[in-house]
Amino acid sequence: MSEAQVHVAHHGPPTSFIRKHVFSLDHKVIGKQYYGLALVAVFTGMVLSWLMRIHLVWPNAPIPGLQFLSKVGAPGGVMTPEYYLSLMTMHGTLMVFFVLTNAPFAAFGNYFLPIQIGAEDMAFPRFNMMSFWTTFVAFLILIAAFFVGDGPPISGWTAYAPLSAVGGDSGPGQALGQTLWGLSIFVFCIASLLGSLNFIATTLDLRTKGMTLARMPIVSWAWFITSCIALLAFAVLLPACLLLILDRVAGTSFFIPAGLNVSDHLQPHQGGSPLLWQHLFWFFGHPEVYIAILPAIGIVSHILICNMRKPMLSHKVIIYCMMGIGFLSYMVWGHHMFLSGMNPFSALVFSFPTLMITIPATIMTLIWLGSLYGSNLRINSASLFCVGFISMFVSGGVSGFFLAQPSIDIYLHATYFVVGHFHMVMGVAAIMGVFAGTYFWYPKMTGRMMSETLGKWHFYLTLIGTYAIFMPFHYLGLAGNVRRYSAFTDDFLVPLIPVHKFITFAALFTGAVQLIFIFNLFYSRFKGAVAPPNPWECTSLEWSTPSSPPPFDNFGGQHLVVYHDPYQYGVKSSTGDYLMQTSPERAGETP
Amino acid sequence: MATTVQPPQADEILLPGHGNGSGGGFRGLTPQGGTRAVLDQAGEPTRTGIWVGLSAIAMMFAALTSALFVREGAATDWQHIILPPILWFNTLALVASSVALEIARRRVAAFMRGQEHSRSAAAFWLNATMFLGLVFVVGQYFAWLRLRSQGLYLPTNPNSSFFYVFTGVHVLHVLGGLGGLSRAMLRFRSFAHPLRKSTMDATSYYWHFMGLLWLYLLIVLWVKL
Repeated sequence: MSEAQVHVAHHGPPTSFIRKHVFSLDHKVIGKQYYGLALVAVFTGMVLSWLMRIHLVWPNAPIPGLQFLSKVGAPGGVMTPEYYLSLMTMHGTLMVFFVLTNAPFAAFGNYFLPIQIGAEDMAFPRFNMMSFWTTFVAFLILIAAFFVGDGPPISGWTAYAPLSAVGGDSGPGQALGQTLWGLSIFVFCIASLLGSLNFIATTLDLRTKGMTLARMPIVSWAWFITSCIALLAFAVLLPACLLLILDRVAGTSFFIPAGLNVSDHLQPHQGGSPLLWQHLFWFFGHPEVYIAILPAIGIVSHILICNMRKPMLSHKVIIYCMMGIGFLSYMVWGHHMFLSGMNPFSALVFSFPTLMITIPATIMTLIWLGSLYGSNLRINSASLFCVGFISMFVSGGVSGFFLAQPSIDIYLHATYFVVGHFHMVMGVAAIMGVFAGTYFWYPKMTGRMMSETLGKWHFYLTLIGTYAIFMPFHYLGLAGNVRRYSAFTDDFLVPLIPVHKFITFAALFTGAVQLIFIFNLFYSRFKGAVAPPNPWECTSLEWSTPSSPPPFDNFGGQHLVVYHDPYQYGVKSSTGDYLMQTSPERAGETP
Repeated sequence: MATTVQPPQADEILLPGHGNGSGGGFRGLTPQGGTRAVLDQAGEPTRTGIWVGLSAIAMMFAALTSALFVREGAATDWQHIILPPILWFNTLALVASSVALEIARRRVAAFMRGQEHSRSAAAFWLNATMFLGLVFVVGQYFAWLRLRSQGLYLPTNPNSSFFYVFTGVHVLHVLGGLGGLSRAMLRFRSFAHPLRKSTMDATSYYWHFMGLLWLYLLIVLWVKL
């Protein structure tokens, strides 16, 4: 018996409830756990954004019940400016780490990467389980910040030093709350490193017979490239968090300069560099943008190909573009620091590769649009969200051209223009990808179909709502509306308050629309129509499993052999206009 | 639109160790019907996993090193410290442990191939590696004690801070290596869960990397602190 055969029998089907549903080694269960955690995080983050939006336009109005969350932060339900910043910090942290990293990458990747390459499980199932539960612990640590001391930190999801490093003098939430934030992200980094390691080893080593790299679906490529990016990015944030925590609890001076006076209190530190934190953070932070968006790009490409019933103009170019974006993502972190006082020459050095990134992004967009042109696109919830993704990716990405140039960014950087930019191109676009993936793979994950009618309503209302929220952000930014202010009374921004009111109503509306999705998600699980084995007539291996959801070993003991790339659409075959990857049949000419 | 259909080519998918689409997904299943046996070649996940893990560790220490350079550049409080002499002895112990592990790895491989009939020689070198690794860890602890006796604590100055961080994080990784080594030693004695060659290789790669990493860190500490 070969070694690898010895290696395999590392876990069998679970028998107890705990091993089956809680501490499971099955990648499919772990994928669903990630999805569930992301769902809790996204709704928590969304409620926080509602609270912020309400406070922005009615700063003196009490919000019923808020005083129970924090008596100090919201006495009588009226939010203090500091508590606004606390909620902003938690909103950003939850969304970036626990939603945008978890849902498109960890959740769907865990569930479908092994199946799409024909493997029974991830390469290291125990690491996989540890990865999720470590993420869960990180989530609990972060949420605990709501309930300790002065509440959550006020330093934003970027936790800029030195105020994030000096402790309680720098404001409410900056004592224990900020330490918990640092610890949470530290733990999250460990989880992400374990997860990335697993994705890479699985992709490289567990592909089934005939599944060459060139035959992997685009979305599997996206997860693979993302895991490579994440491996290097989180390996930098991890020691950065360690140094931050040491500054806070051990009295070191990595990020705290000498002679710093905060709240009339001279800080007992010397010689640290606040810019050092920015360098380390953004070296992680910019690749993090692509950790969020590349899986969504892969999901959208995968679903579009299936619904267009024809191959993309070039699959390889999309994969090369994703690689190019991943590579360039490590060269551009300084464009987040144009206002840090850096040498103007350095700013130009960072500006150039930033503009370069727009080239692969534009090529991908043109491939999507060129492929869609003239195609007979099947209109369903999944394909609609794919189109929505492209729309949001373009609309949000265009403003990136402006921000990449230091001379313009200096004016716009601290305004709502930037907020609108990253929410559209990174946040909403990635979430559109997650919605598309959910509608597309739900039949495989549950054996039931989601309601298409509800799905389409969900799409149209979400598309309108998100544009109504984030497009005006750009106008606000151009008008000089600064970020992070908790209210705009008695200053030059008063004329902009009606725009803010419109955005707040749009945010409440769009949030409420998501209840349609939640209803559809849970109702269809029990009452949805029973899903056929391959409802979308798709070619990739997840649709070759013997059942939906797939059995414990994914293929019920079958030995899959792959004969084609997954783009065999618009062909003449015994199955119709497509050929499964596992079909040895040769495709005929286009009917 | 029809695209070219390429059936799997025999040499593409039948070569052992190809690692790409060569059948790794059939773990645990008896190969039948033309599916080749899965061999433990270059594509084995444990080996890949260890290289990927080492890349992440290298990146982490690269980040710490860049932090040191940036912090030094901004510093008005950079005060050189004299490295505790015991570090040289510790270095010797770690290098010796790597040599011992390499001998052990070859002896284990010979035993697994049936070229050597006794486990004792391999076990001796595994034990020697463990002992020398522990010597290194204890030696690093004495180095910290030495610094403390000079009044140099973690927050005293940036140099001492970086010394404790670099050595502390490295020792944590060495302890992880000792954990892996313990597991390999247990498996070497176990009949129920026998030691796999790839596990032994991965353990030794990790350990050698810890040695190389320490040499790098020692140079950085020596030159910069």
